[in-house]
Amino acid sequence: MTERFAATARRHDGAGVIDISGELDGGAADALQAAYAEATGDTDRVILNFAGLTYMNSTGIALVVELLARARSEKLPVHAFGLSEHYRQIFEITRLADFLSIHADESSAVA
Amino acid sequence: MTTFTQALRRVVRRGNRRAEAELPQASVETLAETPAVEITENDPLLAYLQAANGPVDLDTLTLDSTAVRELRDAGVKLVVPLVSSGELIGTLNLGPRRSEQEYSSDDRRLLDNLAGQAAPALRVAQLVREQEAEARERQRMEQELAVAQLIQQHFLPVELPQPAGWSIEAFYRPARAVGGDFYDVLERPDGTIAFTVGDVTDKGVPAAMVMAATRSLLRAAGEELGDPGAVLARVNDLLHGDIPSRMFVTCLYGVLDPRTGALRFANAGHNLPFVRTDDGATELRATGMPLGLMPGMAYDETTAQLARGQVVLLHSDGIAEAHAPDREMFGIPRLGDLVAQPREGRGGVIARVLAELERFTGPGWEQEDDITLVALRWEGYASGTATDTSPDAASAGVLAEFQVPSEAGNEREVMRRVADAAAPAGLAGERLEKLKTAVAETAMNAIEHGNHNDPVIPVDVRVLRRDRDLVVEIRDHGEHPIPITETPDIAAKLRGEQPPRGWGLFLIQSLVDAMHVTPDADGQTVELVMHLEENHD
Repeated sequence: MTERFAATARRHDGAGVIDISGELDGGAADALQAAYAEATGDTDRVILNFAGLTYMNSTGIALVVELLARARSEKLPVHAFGLSEHYRQIFEITRLADFLSIHADESSAVA
Repeated sequence: MTTFTQALRRVVRRGNRRAEAELPQASVETLAETPAVEITENDPLLAYLQAANGPVDLDTLTLDSTAVRELRDAGVKLVVPLVSSGELIGTLNLGPRRSEQEYSSDDRRLLDNLAGQAAPALRVAQLVREQEAEARERQRMEQELAVAQLIQQHFLPVELPQPAGWSIEAFYRPARAVGGDFYDVLERPDGTIAFTVGDVTDKGVPAAMVMAATRSLLRAAGEELGDPGAVLARVNDLLHGDIPSRMFVTCLYGVLDPRTGALRFANAGHNLPFVRTDDGATELRATGMPLGLMPGMAYDETTAQLARGQVVLLHSDGIAEAHAPDREMFGIPRLGDLVAQPREGRGGVIARVLAELERFTGPGWEQEDDITLVALRWEGYASGTATDTSPDAASAGVLAEFQVPSEAGNEREVMRRVADAAAPAGLAGERLEKLKTAVAETAMNAIEHGNHNDPVIPVDVRVLRRDRDLVVEIRDHGEHPIPITETPDIAAKLRGEQPPRGWGLFLIQSLVDAMHVTPDADGQTVELVMHLEENHD
């Protein structure tokens, strides 16, 4: 079975970046949590890269909410980039956009 | 033994007394009928008898007791306490022996034995009488209840008029004690619809009688006068002086022209109706005194212009004043929020209100007051490019029709196939993406909540073009309560006050132009509508 979803952690300057690809739904919970744990060792913020996102449903939104809640409790600001127009709208409808900073690309997210 | 048995019979008869406190009072029975002697509750004789060990000689008793004096005057020589389970339940009162000799110790033993056996039997007899009396009282109340219900039901409409393009629904559920709610909807000869919802103060048969009279007066006045303000003024004058002074009737009376949506109404102290508008729900305001309180009152008339897709909800106190187990009240604002919610199936706003009421009051709630709801809904769209829905099969072109098994993940297949059918019909770009996400969410709900992930049960999907709309119907076969759409609050979710989930319905509603939920006997159909002409964004 090919992976429908992948989340990998890396560093960019002081930030922990999580590259998300594939379908973000209920099946993505473990992979997303593992990537978050790996990305947030001694970082001062989290950056979510949605450029590889092909599908997200309400369960996926719930996972992003959980991730945001965890980052807030750890006092880590969350940034995002690479969102398609459709998912950027969904982030606005759900008001997720009020609780993370949305950027056009990685360099402005890191800056 | 005549004295014993007569006295005993007398004591048994006293067992009819219902109040427990009266039971220890005793009466005197001598051969010559003498008036009963009452032992008052604070008389020291009571405590003495309670503690006495066997028959008590009145002649040698040194107690400052009115009862003792009265008993002596009545000729009583010996008092035998009847004690059952430590409780004094009566006495045997004996006069002098016929032989004019003193009572012997044998006599006393015999009497004591008799009392010991008579007391439990007497107690049983008392309990049986009490229960019989209670049962009679219960039966009387139930009969009264049945009469009240009969009157009330007889005066509620059996069928409601259904003018073209309108859906008129009513719900009525009496409380156990039967309050005085009533409603009426009827078509007038000129094609307009007269409607009313009212509430008589008080409960039971009196309230039901006044309710019946009021409804008939309203019908008669409505036929003759037509103007809502004049109708209420007439009925107020007729009722005043005819109904008991502590009773009155609150009532909202209106006339709707179903062809134009013009609404005229007047109010006699009743709850204000709600109307759902594009941006929420508002109360239609009109004030006036309740009917029957004082004569010569005037009732202002209010007019409102309804639009297609709007719904007017009339309601009685039973909803807003229902209590949760923690005594929180349901309240008018909560009702307004429910009316404001944009989604509506054929069951509509009434089903939504009742579902929320059930959730709010919790299981095992005993309804506190009658509940009456009347909803007048003008079919069609509330906003956007208004289109008449004429869902007859001839004009509706089916673009795709298929089923998928109820397995997690199959919502993606539904999404892909709907998109394949929708794109050639002219839905493109961002609006197609919105429909796709809404379809996936709806299909996921059908698979999970409707069909409980049972792959044997299919999800039925139809894509059709209806006039200038693209319509997707997604049907499941589950039994589920109509979900309440609560706007998810991201801030509350981040604070952990709401669960992170719960976005589905909210998303669907936000993404499509209209959503309708239609429950049926075997599941429900969710209809998603996108207007095809709006090619912006």
